[in-house]
Amino acid sequence: MVIEYPFSRTTGPVIGAFLTGLRERMLVGSRGSDGRVHVPPVESDPLTGEAVSEIVEVGPAGEVTTWAWVNVPHAKHPLDRPFAWALIRLDGADTPMLHVVDAGSIDAMRTGLRVEPRWNDETEGSITDLACFVPVADGEDA
Amino acid sequence: MADLTLPAALRDVEAVRSVRTPARLDYRYTPGTATSRFLHAIEQKRIMGERCPVCRKVYVPPRGACPTDGVPTEEQVELPHTGTVTSFCVVNLQFYGQGMEIPYVSANILLDGSHLPIMHLIQEVQADKVRTGMRVEAVWVPDEEMGPTLESIKWFRPTGEPDVQVDIPGEDHGTGLGSWVGGSPPEDPRAAQTHGGDA
Repeated sequence: MVIEYPFSRTTGPVIGAFLTGLRERMLVGSRGSDGRVHVPPVESDPLTGEAVSEIVEVGPAGEVTTWAWVNVPHAKHPLDRPFAWALIRLDGADTPMLHVVDAGSIDAMRTGLRVEPRWNDETEGSITDLACFVPVADGEDA
Repeated sequence: MADLTLPAALRDVEAVRSVRTPARLDYRYTPGTATSRFLHAIEQKRIMGERCPVCRKVYVPPRGACPTDGVPTEEQVELPHTGTVTSFCVVNLQFYGQGMEIPYVSANILLDGSHLPIMHLIQEVQADKVRTGMRVEAVWVPDEEMGPTLESIKWFRPTGEPDVQVDIPGEDHGTGLGSWVGGSPPEDPRAAQTHGGDA
């Protein structure tokens, strides 16, 4: 038995910019009043509560700040092979973003690992446009 | 709101304004022994209920126990394919995933000899002609489409018999989900018992 709810949400300009960026294969964040860059962008400045005014490009590469290995992916996971959920701080960002690292093996995962995005062939403005992150071939750990 | 400065590459492209976030729940339903008996019988074009040995009510589809008395309902009762509409709803709105043309009617149907209505469709009659007390009969899907599912009954249609009186507990006293037809509620053997001494 399957129950489906076909929700559609309006994004607003800030999350819309993040999703537009994904469609254009670009990662963006918001710059706050203290100069810190949040990724994904936040709609209000965390310190002042004012609407954010500046969206900036970050990445595309970044580093793993923490991670958890999934040995047995289930049907709703983004990959059908073992992978890592990871917090990834993109270059130029001050906050990490949750995504997937297709590292091949748990032995290849470590905190500080340099990773870069792998995009889907077709993008539509969704977080899943970013298929996953993969280790940078010649990356040196941060 | 404040102006938003975007990176150059995002200034002249069409902005994303909405996103689809469908929620999908996949269920695998284990019917248990009583409902399995019911579903296997349905496949044979038979409607089987189960009677409570204490209150004598017949439940369909059976769940294997009487919710009132908490005892197993072991006696199998084959029910006729006719019943009475005890309540109904005319659906006039199209919604996602709907397989029916509107308007259509969903109804609670109390099968003759049972004490809890089943929910099913009423068809082969104009929606505005359906009424509480209407006599209906099951229309089955073609034999090759029969399966262990209540969808083996395509829908119910009017028999043309005269309407009968429907009494719904809760409308005049107390609360309850059961209904009965024909003027008097089913006999409850406990009503005649005197209480005292039983644990």
